[in-house]
Amino acid sequence: MSTHKITVKINGGLEQVEVPSNMTLLSMLREKLAMTGTKNGCAAGECGACTILMNGEPVNSCMVLAVEADGAELITVEGLAKEGELDVIQKTIIDKGGVQCGFCTPGILISAKALLSRNPNPSEAEIREALVGNLCRCTGYIRIIKAVHAAAELQKEAA
Amino acid sequence: MDKSQKSKDKIPAPVGESIPRVDAREKVTGSAIFTDDIQFGPGLLFARIKRSPYPHAKILKIDASKALALPGVKCVVTGKDYPGFTGLYLQDRQVFATEKTRFVGEPVAGIAAVSEELAEKALDLIDVEYEPMPAVFDPEYGTTKEAPLLHPKLGEYTVANFIFPQAGTNISNHFKIRKGDVEGAWKNCAAIVEHRYQIPHVQHVPIETHIVIARAEDTGKVTLWSTSQSPFAQRNLIAKALDISHKDIQVIAPYVGGGFGCKAGASMESLIVAIAMKVRGRPVKLRLTREEEFYTAFVRQGLVAYFKMGCDKDGNLLAMENKFYWDSGAYTEYAVNMTRASGYSSSGPYDVPNVKTDSYCVYTNHPVTGPMRGFGMPEMHAGLEQCIDELAYSIKMDPVKFRLLNCVQGGDIIVTGMVMHPTGLSECIEKAAKAIDWGKKEKASAPHKMRGKGIALMWKAPAMSPNAGSSAWVELNEDATLTVGIGGQEIGQGTHTVMSQLAAAALGVPVDHVRIAKPIDTDVSPYEWQTVASRLTWSMGNAVVNAARDARQQIVDMVAKAWKEDPDDLDIVNGNVISYKSEESISLKDIVIYGMPKENFNGWIGGPIVGRGSFMPTYVTGLDPETGQGERAVVHYTTGCQAVEVEVDTLTGKVEILRAVGAFDVGKAINPELVRAQMEGGFVMGMSTAIFEELKLKDGVLQNPSFVDYRIATTTDAPSKIDSIIVEVPQDDGPWGARGIGEHSMVPTIPAIANAIYDATGVRVGSPPYLPEKVYLALVDAGVVK
Repeated sequence: MSTHKITVKINGGLEQVEVPSNMTLLSMLREKLAMTGTKNGCAAGECGACTILMNGEPVNSCMVLAVEADGAELITVEGLAKEGELDVIQKTIIDKGGVQCGFCTPGILISAKALLSRNPNPSEAEIREALVGNLCRCTGYIRIIKAVHAAAELQKEAA
Repeated sequence: MDKSQKSKDKIPAPVGESIPRVDAREKVTGSAIFTDDIQFGPGLLFARIKRSPYPHAKILKIDASKALALPGVKCVVTGKDYPGFTGLYLQDRQVFATEKTRFVGEPVAGIAAVSEELAEKALDLIDVEYEPMPAVFDPEYGTTKEAPLLHPKLGEYTVANFIFPQAGTNISNHFKIRKGDVEGAWKNCAAIVEHRYQIPHVQHVPIETHIVIARAEDTGKVTLWSTSQSPFAQRNLIAKALDISHKDIQVIAPYVGGGFGCKAGASMESLIVAIAMKVRGRPVKLRLTREEEFYTAFVRQGLVAYFKMGCDKDGNLLAMENKFYWDSGAYTEYAVNMTRASGYSSSGPYDVPNVKTDSYCVYTNHPVTGPMRGFGMPEMHAGLEQCIDELAYSIKMDPVKFRLLNCVQGGDIIVTGMVMHPTGLSECIEKAAKAIDWGKKEKASAPHKMRGKGIALMWKAPAMSPNAGSSAWVELNEDATLTVGIGGQEIGQGTHTVMSQLAAAALGVPVDHVRIAKPIDTDVSPYEWQTVASRLTWSMGNAVVNAARDARQQIVDMVAKAWKEDPDDLDIVNGNVISYKSEESISLKDIVIYGMPKENFNGWIGGPIVGRGSFMPTYVTGLDPETGQGERAVVHYTTGCQAVEVEVDTLTGKVEILRAVGAFDVGKAINPELVRAQMEGGFVMGMSTAIFEELKLKDGVLQNPSFVDYRIATTTDAPSKIDSIIVEVPQDDGPWGARGIGEHSMVPTIPAIANAIYDATGVRVGSPPYLPEKVYLALVDAGVVK
């Protein structure tokens, strides 16, 4: 298997990584860089646990080849908090009780973050639609939806 | 200060307070460690499993020579290497099959190689020859004489003393209830309802699949890093299956990314230990793919259930006759005990004078079944609560009124002859009915939609070994914080938070002074039977409280000695020892490690404080094998109910759940928001099994092992509103009265929805899942739509 040297910006820092041609972005994060916050739930683009932001857009990192990310800017769950200060969506998901086992949480947070940056004032239906690709077996989703609402409100107050 | 104000006389803070989860920050920042996140470096090997493509077949030959010749392949393991039998209650299973395979996906060989890719490639080079045999795919058929015998040696298997396998049949357990005179009661009934239900296999679908890493050392020591709900049970099962001493197996279990029962006991874990023992010194990882997760670890039991029940003209339930055929799949594991549990709870939460139940656990050539949230109760209640509903209507009584009339109360002699403890079921029914505006018919949102409400009750006891135990330790630190050792697992339910609250309350320190020691590690953590049966808050909670009280007593005794006071006059409040008599006060800081000086520095008193506690119920009795009667079948029952409002689209058959109410008697909510979170999450999981989920098995082959073909509820399916009502009738031996709630919230969901569909359309939909096509065709059959 041939390998390629790629350059990516991850959570604000530049990284140069040597990856095999068939390596997924998810494997690169978890296995090459030991950034294990992003989870592997199905490796088939169906559960959303591996969602990260690639150039601002949410992607299932298990469905993207690492080489495709050459030159891209990536944000993972590890990049949401800034200097120990939690992002607003991290705060509200805790406040609303939207975390249980925590395995889907990183992907949920990233999808929610993507929604809030493209639509600062989402309706309930828009929140549900934005998170439909992130499966959660524990919470029943209601508290997660409330957390996204609350984050939008806080964001508006801060702006 | 008055002695009567002492904290131990009232419910101390933070019991009953909804403090935020102690594990939340780790989980939202990506720093929480799950099994797959642990780094093992370049020495790590990867395992893959060769699986049977046949539901029932003789193994004629296994030739692994080509696989072994592949560079990078380190070993191939087959059943010949480990021919012993294993199983939780009935030892009917081998780690790798030797003579026969009994389900599609059964392991026949395992491989370790330097990469997952290579291991996968090597699998194809293992040549296995099979001779397919006739199979059993229906549990009812499995009990007949015509059915092929799947375990001819059933009579020779080692079995627990409360399980009754029938040698020469496919029945691995038969549990009976004979209470009163059912035959004689039918003639007094004004109405009788009789139905058959078939509940399909479903899967737990944790978002984290099963992952285990094992390393065997030359010394014989084996270490496992495991996605486990029951590290200690796993250690016990593997020790017995592979004949290793318990002290030589260490199971380390970090946070679990959802379990719901499928990560209890041992399913795929013995495989990896067997492989690791062939490549000593190197860690080997086995990670189930999503497809493997769907059918090779555990699935939920299937059920064919017959109910017959009758009441008099005033609505009093007189008799019930039930027959359950549990489809355990190829091996039994937990299913034999679930057969028993569904038998001893087979009246549902009702006071019924005459009950006859036969509950059979039947081998089939389906995937191996394991415990799933509710442990048989969602499946059993699905039919039972629809029959109750129908019975109420058949004597023209309101279903809520009917349930209030018949529901179990403290003091009733229940189905096993046990006296029911105080329970708040009536209160749950009344509150849920009020919250859903019972009796008020709402208008549908469109002319082609029909709207209705339904209710269903539930009860469930922790189904476990009668003497399942817990233990805990509490270690004080220099700065007056404490580290609490537990052996139960954080699987999402919030047990670390609840245990922190209990320890803080029992010792008298602020809750942010508590840290739960993790990961759970059988070498270091105190023993815990298993994280199942919704038993942790109650059982492990008692152990933690006992450990904290033990530490508290040691501290108080030391300070009393130093102050020359009576320990009874002292208390610990907010991290300080105080005297109600002398009004002296001293911080726990330092004294809990260094002790206290005697008068005039004439030596020292005390030493590092470590509290220990354990708990084991000692009062559960055996049941008569012929009648299922005995003094005390179970530790207790959690009771409750759910009510829903649904809309049925008559053009498509689609069922939409508009809102839901749950009301459960949890004894005492240690953390009310966490209790409500369980009620909500359980409802949506139950709803998902009611309207979407079914493992589609065709001749034993799973047709839908992916999230595309096996749909679970998503954000767009969850109702907008779930009211969660907490009822608190204290448990006499629970910590401050607490009982479990984790599983119960998905028990009444299927029938509550089915009953609401009936209220909306006048049609009984029967067996789940209530997929649009099924509902639509039922509406057509009934003439509701043309």
